[in-house]
Amino acid sequence: MKKQNIVIIDYDAGNIQSVKYAFERLGITPIVSKDKEVIRNADKVIFPGVGEASWAMNSLKENDLIDLIPDLKQPVLGICLGMQLMCESTEEGNTKALGIFPVSVKRFSNEQKVPHMGWNQLDDLKGGLLNGIKPSEFTYFVHSYYVPLIEETIASCDYIVPFSAALQKDNFYACQFHPEKSGDVGVKILKNFINL
Amino acid sequence: MDVKDGRTVKGVNFVDLRDAGDAVELAAYYAEQGADELVFLDITATHEKRKTLVELVQKVARELNIPFTVGGGISTPEDVGVLLNAGADKVSINSAAVRNPQLISDLAKRFGSQCVVLAVDAKCVDGNWEVFLNGGRLSTGIDLFEWILKAEQLGAGEILFTSMNHDGTKNGFANETLAKLSEMVNIPVIASGGAGNMEHFADTFIEGKADAALAASVFHFKEIEVPELKKYLKTKNIPVRI
Repeated sequence: MKKQNIVIIDYDAGNIQSVKYAFERLGITPIVSKDKEVIRNADKVIFPGVGEASWAMNSLKENDLIDLIPDLKQPVLGICLGMQLMCESTEEGNTKALGIFPVSVKRFSNEQKVPHMGWNQLDDLKGGLLNGIKPSEFTYFVHSYYVPLIEETIASCDYIVPFSAALQKDNFYACQFHPEKSGDVGVKILKNFINL
Repeated sequence: MDVKDGRTVKGVNFVDLRDAGDAVELAAYYAEQGADELVFLDITATHEKRKTLVELVQKVARELNIPFTVGGGISTPEDVGVLLNAGADKVSINSAAVRNPQLISDLAKRFGSQCVVLAVDAKCVDGNWEVFLNGGRLSTGIDLFEWILKAEQLGAGEILFTSMNHDGTKNGFANETLAKLSEMVNIPVIASGGAGNMEHFADTFIEGKADAALAASVFHFKEIEVPELKKYLKTKNIPVRI
């Protein structure tokens, strides 16, 4: 595994330990930080997130990180709420988000149980971050809001409606599922990100 | 996994605890075997010291690459913060939520509904399902269905339902009640209590309309192996991750 400086953005929006442990299992000790210089100088940046969108955006604002993230030049991986906050806006708390991906995040209709919680299969996989992942393989999802399919979609998933399971635009990567909690498939995806 | 002093235990009808092994070792074993989620319940936490729990959660979380839920003795948002920081993905709350239902909404607001699992132990007494506390030791007089509806409204993200009538019996899950619960709420319902053979799992997904099934002793004592169970469920057309 490539030795590198991976920084997990710490903005008090949960679940940072799980992500940290996942990299540690791969022999990398990530730095957890909210310091702009530390984040800017990272080889790679992880933008995690669990919780409510407007609360999380507020937290980014309080930590003065709103202008920094869209401006990053190294590979950035948004996970779950992190991915949703990389979009234009979200219906959750009618929140304006970071605007990296030109799409609005929508809430699932109540046709089936919400949140979409559990293991689901990926489809329409487009290499890069998802190199070596087969359409039959499962990743772990927990979310009530979804990103519709767009040009930047690099994997789709289907629950109530087809939605974006992963996105990529330039150096920005994002996944709705939790690679850190997706067993061996998740490990492969994190390794792909490290090797980008 | 029911945990006491860092070891996994499983009671028959919640008494006469038997030791089923080391928690960290078992957690890693189950992840490798293909378990989809691990639930850790510190069953004695409400009335014994629980200092060791956080350290144990941390040790397990370091090894585990599947979702990890931790419960037992959680009564404040601070407790939850500590466990999430130790590497838990979700917490399950039980007695404290019954005593103070607002805890559910406080946790949902602070950490998100996705990490709030409401665990409920219930017993069917004279045809009525009643909520019990402290591992089945304390009757509350609260109706199961009313409580679950309220918990959903307050922001619970999942329901972990254990039937005290079925737990430890190995005669199958409480499917009729599960189906009623599962159709009543719009959040996932996890079936718990009563697993004895592989058919019981298929039954709880089909008849009980459960979104997930939880078991302990049949796995701890290797009466059922996870890979074999998943293969079996697949032959029954139940979607599973293999």
